[in-house]
Amino acid sequence: MLKLEKRAALAGRAGVIRSAGAMLAAILLAFLIAGLFIAAIGVSPLEAYGALFKGAFGSTYRLSETLLRMTPLLLISLGIAIGYRTGMFNMGGEGQFIMGMIAGTVVYLYVPAGPVLTTALAMLAAMAAGAVYCGFPATMKAKFGVSESIINIMLNYVAALWLSRLLNSVLKDPNGTLPQTAMIDKSLYIPTLIQGTRLHWGFAGAVALAAAAYVVLFHTALGYKFRATGSNIHAARYAGYDVVKLQILAMAISGALAGLAGCLEIGAVQHRLMEGISANYGWDAIPVALIGRQNPLLILLSALLFAALKVGSNAMQTACSVPNNLSSVLQGMVVLFALGSSFFVRYRIRYIKPKRGEGEAAHG
Amino acid sequence: MYSVEMKGITKRFGPFCANDHVDFSLKKGEIHALLGENGAGKTTLMNILYGIYGCDEGSVRVNGQPVEIRSPGDAIAHGIGMVHQHFMLVNNFTVAQNMLLGIKDRFWTNLSQVEGELAALSEKYKLIIDPKAKVSALSVGEQERVEIVKALYRKADILILDEPTAVLTPQETEDLFDSLRSLAQGGISIIIITHKLEEVLAVTDRVTVLRRGKLAGTVQTAGVTQAQLAQMMVGHEVLLDIQRQENQIGGVVLEVKNLHCTVDGVEKLQGLSLRVRAGEVLGIAGVDGNGQRELARAIVGLLPVQKGSIQINGRDCAGRSVRAILDEGVSYIPEDRIKDGLLGEFSIEDNLILQTTGAFTRKGIFSRRSIRDNARRLMEGYDIRASSSTQPVKLLSGGNQQKVIFARELERKPKLLIATQPTRGLDIGAVEYMWTCIERAKAQGVAVLLISTELEEILTLSDRIEVIYEGAILGGVDGRDMDRLGLLMAGVRTEEGDHAET
Repeated sequence: MLKLEKRAALAGRAGVIRSAGAMLAAILLAFLIAGLFIAAIGVSPLEAYGALFKGAFGSTYRLSETLLRMTPLLLISLGIAIGYRTGMFNMGGEGQFIMGMIAGTVVYLYVPAGPVLTTALAMLAAMAAGAVYCGFPATMKAKFGVSESIINIMLNYVAALWLSRLLNSVLKDPNGTLPQTAMIDKSLYIPTLIQGTRLHWGFAGAVALAAAAYVVLFHTALGYKFRATGSNIHAARYAGYDVVKLQILAMAISGALAGLAGCLEIGAVQHRLMEGISANYGWDAIPVALIGRQNPLLILLSALLFAALKVGSNAMQTACSVPNNLSSVLQGMVVLFALGSSFFVRYRIRYIKPKRGEGEAAHG
Repeated sequence: MYSVEMKGITKRFGPFCANDHVDFSLKKGEIHALLGENGAGKTTLMNILYGIYGCDEGSVRVNGQPVEIRSPGDAIAHGIGMVHQHFMLVNNFTVAQNMLLGIKDRFWTNLSQVEGELAALSEKYKLIIDPKAKVSALSVGEQERVEIVKALYRKADILILDEPTAVLTPQETEDLFDSLRSLAQGGISIIIITHKLEEVLAVTDRVTVLRRGKLAGTVQTAGVTQAQLAQMMVGHEVLLDIQRQENQIGGVVLEVKNLHCTVDGVEKLQGLSLRVRAGEVLGIAGVDGNGQRELARAIVGLLPVQKGSIQINGRDCAGRSVRAILDEGVSYIPEDRIKDGLLGEFSIEDNLILQTTGAFTRKGIFSRRSIRDNARRLMEGYDIRASSSTQPVKLLSGGNQQKVIFARELERKPKLLIATQPTRGLDIGAVEYMWTCIERAKAQGVAVLLISTELEEILTLSDRIEVIYEGAILGGVDGRDMDRLGLLMAGVRTEEGDHAET
């Protein structure tokens, strides 16, 4: 008979080491098992993983592509973490990201106020759009107890459909036939961080925001109140916190970060809005935040891991003809095992020999 | 012939002894009340009989046979059925479908057969129930009947009912009692866990009274009075030597007038009035569930006030935010410390700054050192034992958790301290510590509103005692008049019952 046993919780550093160890083991295990699949189609897993690693980190350009991909993942998952800490689950990153892109693009295209001011306005508009788009479900949840996850997921589809609608009407490039906007002015492009790559200053900003989020969450009174609310909403109420306000505020910040990510994607990468532009960043950010344990510093690592898997698996596909589906399997395994590992941090499984006759004795 | 004999049952939870060598016996076909205050150990004893807990010492016999009951499954196999206070029914199943829950060894279900068996049972014991009705469509009283029928359907001949009338209307209670009488005549033995004296007298044959985990006695119901039962239930033994100091009484700090509050459509406070002065402890005694929790929550602003006024330091506080009320100099010890008083995942030092986060920042950033210094000082001052101030409070013992709350609340230098059940579930050492803290706060001129179902606590600490019953103050008790206290708690208004309206 297998029995689940609760482990004693470890305080402080020992607990951190145990979790980190479990997480690393989980990721290794995921690679190991995905490796079996790769071997099954006749490709050497070592070779494939070598290609994956090289594809993600092998050159300045490769690394820059990984970091480029990491930027929106990082911003959106930071937002998820902040919401989560107050007990709110923001599953609407995708919708907020799209709304941020729309708002940003509108400002980029129609508010000519010089590069600096227009960029600042575009970012503000995108953040406001994201904040409102996430603030609405948060308000419904905090005030009336309606599931914020369900509303947010629905709003993701609403955002995608709005994007499509706008691109086929008012926002459509008058000089083109495709459902996309005109290019934004070159002077508005967010400058690159490294010459000859697409990596832009937004990445540096996102990393700085991760540090800021960490400080706010763990070293300020506001962050304490966020975490207190998420940790035990009853005690927070008893302590006189306005938990409704705190939760809505955290979710507005969460949405604003996703909106900002959308604006950066337009200003620095795509330079125009088009259909199918979002590349699922909003969805991918959910496992990134979960694997990063809703901690901004750990999310830096998990966002990097996910971006590397995305970029590297393309390389793995071209170099070793490992089909793309298999790299999805790999990513799925990583999510599954990493999330599962937290279970083994709290429980251990023990095999217990069943005692004979135990059942009968009770009736004797 | 005894259906159940329990001998020397002892059950400890850590240092807390919930049952201390308790003997209990149930005759065949009798209705037996298990009476006692909250925390007296009634439910623990029955949970042992029903196999939810194992006991540390003692033996159980069912129908004369020594048995070992390790799970509710074992209990059911021995013919023991339990009806919990919160019904365990599936709302969108019919009555008949609910009967099949948890029944093993039957892959195919024959609902019409079940319905037939149910009809026969209903007939036999006058428990009128429609087997085809959906549970969600039934009244609370009918659901109770379904629970009883469910136990009978599983061939129970020993029934345990936990606070069966807590949620019933008076008419439903009468109907239930009728059913119980016919069940007993049919040879079913019944145990009712209760703290309502009038019900004990109305329906039972014998009563076993528990007090603080110990057996206070078993008596025949015929020939015993409410007052005698109340006396047995309440008792009075001084466990701790804490000297209550007479104090200089100051001005009125808290004045509640004609307070009305409704929770989920039930009027929990019905015109409650009281007054607490600086430097005194007003003890609110009463059986649990008479509005104690709501009273405390209404005063601190967690429950909307429907009618009436709450004045703290002469300022109207009804309808203001919790924050604003706490800022009037109110500290609050909630009855459920884990749920309402602490952040379990947070460290001791972080829990100690719950309401005063602003005082520990420098330029907006926490000063870890001042947080830690604060914790070190309070851990020493309040004897909080832990390996370090960074230990999560959920890993502390109940006593140390409560000390964290006391430290935090008293450190805010309150003018009014509201303490609800401040020592529930604590061991004797911790109880003494909390009591000393309350006594010390009083000496410093704090007005203390002590709401507790532990009479010992009320008697030890209170300068004045008032009894809450069905959402209002029923009366005050002068001196230590135990008979009067017991009667008031049972809802019996006595001759001199009018000095409540002070």
